[in-house]
Formats: sequence, C-alpha cells, structure tokens
Amino acid sequence: MNRSVPIQKPLKTNTENYFQKFGALIVLAIVLVLNFIVTPNFASINTVWNLVIQACPIILTGMGMTLVIATGGIDISVGSLIAVGAMVTAKLLPYGIFPAIVCALAISAGFGLLNGFMIAKFKIQPMIMTLITMMVARGFAQVINDAKTLRLDDPEFAQLGTAKIGGVVPSQLLIIAIVVVVVYFIADKTVFGHRIQAIGDNSRAASLSGINIVRNIILVYVVSSVLAGFAGVVEVARLGTADANGIGKLMELDAIAAVAIGGTRMTGGRARVLGTVFGALVMQLITITVNMNNIPFEAAQVIKSIVIILAVFLQRESK
Amino acid sequence: MQGISKRFLGVVALDNVGFQVGKGEVHALMGENGAGKSTLIKILTGIYQKDEGEIIFDGREISPKDALEAQHEGISTIYQELNLVLFQTVYENVFLGREPMKKGRVIDRKEMIRRSREVLDDMGIHIDVTMPLKSYSTAVQQMVAIARALTINAKLVVMDEPTSSLDTQEVEVLFGVIRKLVEKEVSVIFITHRLDEVFEIADRATVLKDGRLVGEFDVRELDQLKLVSHMIGREFSALERNKKDFDYNDAQTQVEVKDIYQGVRLNGIGIDIKKGEVLGLAGLLGSGRTELGRVIFGDLLPDEGEVFYYGKKQHFKQTEDAIKLGIGFCTEDRKVEGILPNLSVKENITLAMLPQISKFGVVSQKKQNEVVNKFIERLKVKTPSPNQIIKNLSGGNQQKALLARWLCMNPKLVIMDEPTRGIDVGAKAEIEALIQELAAQGISVLMISSEMAELERNCDRVVVMREGKKLAELKGAEIQQDTITEIIAKAHHDLSEEVAL
Repeated sequence: MNRSVPIQKPLKTNTENYFQKFGALIVLAIVLVLNFIVTPNFASINTVWNLVIQACPIILTGMGMTLVIATGGIDISVGSLIAVGAMVTAKLLPYGIFPAIVCALAISAGFGLLNGFMIAKFKIQPMIMTLITMMVARGFAQVINDAKTLRLDDPEFAQLGTAKIGGVVPSQLLIIAIVVVVVYFIADKTVFGHRIQAIGDNSRAASLSGINIVRNIILVYVVSSVLAGFAGVVEVARLGTADANGIGKLMELDAIAAVAIGGTRMTGGRARVLGTVFGALVMQLITITVNMNNIPFEAAQVIKSIVIILAVFLQRESK
Repeated sequence: MQGISKRFLGVVALDNVGFQVGKGEVHALMGENGAGKSTLIKILTGIYQKDEGEIIFDGREISPKDALEAQHEGISTIYQELNLVLFQTVYENVFLGREPMKKGRVIDRKEMIRRSREVLDDMGIHIDVTMPLKSYSTAVQQMVAIARALTINAKLVVMDEPTSSLDTQEVEVLFGVIRKLVEKEVSVIFITHRLDEVFEIADRATVLKDGRLVGEFDVRELDQLKLVSHMIGREFSALERNKKDFDYNDAQTQVEVKDIYQGVRLNGIGIDIKKGEVLGLAGLLGSGRTELGRVIFGDLLPDEGEVFYYGKKQHFKQTEDAIKLGIGFCTEDRKVEGILPNLSVKENITLAMLPQISKFGVVSQKKQNEVVNKFIERLKVKTPSPNQIIKNLSGGNQQKALLARWLCMNPKLVIMDEPTRGIDVGAKAEIEALIQELAAQGISVLMISSEMAELERNCDRVVVMREGKKLAELKGAEIQQDTITEIIAKAHHDLSEEVAL
C-alpha cells in the first residue's frame, strides 16, 4: 500500500497552514511583546483582568459571528442585540433575575429567528437583512425605557459582571471559558457544526448531500443572536446602568474584525473559533495600549486597522 | 496555436492542442462539455496562461497576459455571458473603456454616436444608439458586442456559443454579420453545440475531446454523422468489454420512473433500474441525461410523472428523502456540486453520513475515523492524510473521495454523472473496476456518460436519450460505441431533414 504519497509541494502547503492556523496567535504575541517594551506598568496581572473584562462582549458576539461567517453569511445586528439583551434584562429585573435573563435571551433569539428565516427562506442578502434588524432592534431597545438610561439596583445580579472568583479572577473569565468551549465543541464535534462549515464552503454540494440548508442557516443566526443578547446581559450587570443608545454600539464591527483576524474566511468554510478569541484579544489589547499610553482615541482606530491588515495578510491564500 | 498544454492543479485540461485559422475564415471549435474548448479560447484571449506551446498571430509569436493585451493585438472576444453594461447606452457600450476624447479631457459623445451608428449601419443593424442597451433583444446586444470588436479593428473575433440564447431569426442576423466580417478579411472562431450551424457558416472545424485534438476538418468534406463520431470519439484502448450478460429473468426492479416531464429538458421519459445492474444513459449534451438523474435523486421535482422505489410510489421533495432510501448521486461537476474545496478529505467523505455516525448531534470521532480510513484504503485515495484539504488532491482522487461519500452510506443505487471526466487513465480504470464490484454486490449503478467506450465496457444495458425522450435501449452485446453513435447521429440527421421539409 502506498497511500501516503504526498501529492504536491507539501512543504508549501504546510507553511500556509501554519500561518492560517496560528496567524491570530502570532499577531497577539507581537502586540503583547510590543506592549511589554513600550507600555509602562503593562506587565501586571491587573492588565490581564482588564483585558478579559473588556474583551468579553467582543468574544461572546465574536463566537456567534464566527459560526455565521462560516456559513458564508454575516450578522451586523449583534451590536443592537447587545442593547436588546441589556435593556430587557434591566427592565424585567424587578420580576427576578432568572426570568429577566430568560426573557432577554428569548427576545434576542426571536430576532435571530427573523434574520435566519428571511435569509434562508427568502434569500435576502444577510448584510441587508441584518442591517434591517440592526435598526429595528436598536429602536426596540430604546422604546423599552423611552430612550432613557435605566439604573440597576440589584447587587445580586451585579455579581454576574463584577464578581471576583477567589477575590481576584473576574466572572467574565469563567463566562468566556464556558462559551468558547461550547462553541468550539459545536463547530468541531457536532453534526450542526460540520454542516454549517460544509454549507459555507459549497452550499450546492451540501444540499446535494441531503443537508437542509434552511434549517441550519436559521439555527446559526439564532445562536448568534442569543450570544449577542447574553453579551448584553453580562455588560449591563458590569456597568450597573443600561443606556439603549450607547451600549453595544459598533460592537458588530469589532466582532467581525475579530473573526477576520482569527482566520475564518469571509466567504465561508472552516470556522476558526480559537482564532476569533485571539482576534478579539488583539482588538481589545490595542485599545488598552492606546489608553495606557495616552494616545488619542482616533489613533487607536488607525493602529487597529494596521493590525487587521497584517493579520489578514499573514493568512492570505496564495493562489 | 501550436502544442498548447494547460494543467489545473495536476489535472491536464489541454494536452498538446493546436489549430490554424486563416484570414477571413470562419473556424468552428467543437467538442462535448469539458473537451477544453473554453480553456483553449481563454488562453488565446489572455485570461489563462499556457503552460506549453506557442500562439502565432499575424506571423508573430504572442503571449497575452490579460484580455486587454489580447485586444491590443487585435483579438476580440464575445463571451457567452455578455460583458456589457446593460443600463448604459448602445454607443457608450461600443466604446466602453476606450472613449474618444475631445481636447484630451472631455468624452466626445458626438464622435461616439457618429461612429457607433456608422459601424452598426455597416453591419445592417439599424437601431437608435442613444437608447440604453437593455431596451434591445439579446441578439442586438450581441451585435453591439461585435460592433465593439470592430471598432478596435479586430483581426480575429472569438465567439463563445453566441447562438445559445438566440432564436432562429436572430441566428440568421448574426450569420449575416459574420459573413460581412469575412468580407472584411476578419477571421472568426465560432464555438457552438449546434451541428447544423457549423455546416451553415463555418469553413473549417477543429474537434477537441478530453483536452486532446481529434482533428481539423474541412467542413465541405464532413457530414453530420462524421462530425458526431469525431465529437463523441472512438476510444482505442486496451480495455475491453468483459462482462457477463446480466440475468434479467429474476431481476428485481429497484427504481422505476414513468412518463417524466420536467421543464424543457425531459419530455415523457421512463426507465427502470434493476437490482445490481449497471444502467447507462447515453446522449449528447442537453439530451436530459443529468436532469433524469436529478429527478431520481429528488433534486429536481418533475412536473409530471411518477417515481417508484421497489414498486412503491415516492414523492421526493428534497435530496434528503432519496438519500434516506439509499440513493447516492455523484455529480458531473466536481468543483461546483461535489467537493467542499477548503475542507478535509475526511469531512468530504463523511458529509452525507453525519447522522449515522453521531449520537445526540455529536459526531463520534472514532466512528468517523474508522469509516474514513476504511474507504481511503478501499478506494485507494492517494492523500497524505485524511486531514488534507481536498482541493490539493488530483481530480481522480477527489472523485474517489466523492464516491466514498456515497459508498459509506451503504447505498442501494448510486447515480454517477460522468464519473471519469477529467481524471487520468489510471484512476479511470480503478473507478470502472469499482463500478463492477458494486454491481456484483447488488448495488445498482446509473451511469451517465458521454464516453461511448466507457458505456460499452461497463453497462449491462444502455438507454439512449435525445431531447428528454428515450431513443433506444441496448442490452448486453448490443452495446457498442459505434451503434450508440450511429443512433444519436441518425436521430440528428432525421431531425434536420424534418426541418428541411
């Protein structure tokens, strides 16, 4: 048997895979090393906890975004759904923590169902459909409390976003860990995960292999919306106030950037879940760097864009 | 063009092909799908780069790196899908990208209108050039594309299936224009599937098959029968038909379709497939072979007609329904409908069987690896590892992986549409051997193929199709490539006589 014959230029293929797999990690390492050199007081454990706390919403929405982008779609409604999650929870908190969170997630899921249904069944372009939802959901969030900021007064609920496990580790680390493990498991081990990647890579082939495209696409948008809603719940617990106009604004762009840095192709296919986590950390790390070095906010955007270009360049495919 | 070769990812698309076009000659380029016509044209017009060979144009060797460079040389192409801007005016389209300038700054619209009108009038097309292009028919749009070619003083106009969307009258107008081009000593390369057009307009014809040159012929010395034979080809190979006659006496009917009508392609065809039989579907492109396969697989819903599975009437609404009953479908176009190019060999093989190797929606890695290793070994898929990205494999190995996708499902019927297209001889023989092995195990195979020799070697029975109808049915030793070719050619001949009367 000679079935392990290398087909063509295995060396080249390997280097490409290397960058595609670890591109985000490499960029994260570069940004970290630069920080150790440039930023005063960077090498402290508090910086790490800050990073985790602030990157939490990007990572959570980025997880859903990774799955959506793996199908070849996109979901730009997640920023508004963070607001929906936050406002619904804040408004319903008097009725109990658990019912409030469940309602917030259910309403988010409803928006996801709408997205998925219109995209899969009526073939509306994902960008357009989720743009509509982005506007509608933001409006919905604002209507909940007449566009006024809600102040929360529930120390128990606040624990979700402010608790320190063992007095040091922020609750966000646990939340991130659980969500990332679950999404990684979905993408790598489940039928659903295999199928959405197949749909993203070649939807016609997937359909001919008996895969129900509509059902899977709907589900993927529901997952994305629920994760965005949940990110809103955690954020409102941390902040203690819910402002429907501001919360989650432009977060969809950070999430998409995290996915792009992470190495998931925008046209669909392999979902690089861990790549997105590194991508989100890179994005947030740059923000922290800028703040700690007193660099103006505008410059942060420039640096971010340079890093995104670098990451995408590292992972580009030679044709 | 001489000795042109082109490979895509290890697959030979063109092998040492060449032909000559004289000044003011209309040259037809013929061949079945996948013969390499389009690849050859794309090399000539600079869209692809050749791996070997040379292009001599007007006595000079050229190697255009892009379409623009080819255009500068005087080669203009009119594609199947028109590359025009529909909402712009006719004259804007004629000069798209080369607008004449007034004092070097402003677009000279008057000049554009005047010259467009002149060129089109010259071609015998009298239209208002200031109207948007979309207000005219496809034929006129095509004429505008030709007018565009003329204004760049093209010496060679390449037309890729220009008549595919035209009606008979429009074709006449187009031919009129071609004749005018010829008067001006412009050469034309004309790609078409319609045989009668070749005889009407072309001086000479080059026939390609499987990326190889079959020959260059003078059209006056050809007739329909000869041309069809050249296109389908007669394969001279060491492989011989080596089959026992299928025993039809107590054969169980597995799938039967009756009076299927679907769109324009299927017109009341019915076939039946026995258990353990290799049934071939022969016919030219557009005869409805693939569509019939898709109807059986539930991918195409028939307008009329019935599908029976073991005597029980079925209403497949989606492929999932057919797959559940044990039907698999290996598509003709691996790239578009088959592989998941950027995913692994492993994921490609297990795509359809995921529900069977999973519990509560979680895929069992152990079962997945077992299945994948078993079929990689059984079908001799040459891959460095099951985790290799499938697009890096050769065509033959991709095809084996796709066959594995269905074979691992324990199918009862596998529909294979052009199973050996674009793969090398060795892999071809292996796949043919596999087909026989499957049949011996009681798995039925519906084999759709343009290769008559392949049908002769592998099939127990062959149904010849034309225009969505059954033309003939051959059994056992009756299946010979020449017989099939003759049936197809004769039907075409009869049809053209009917039209003539």
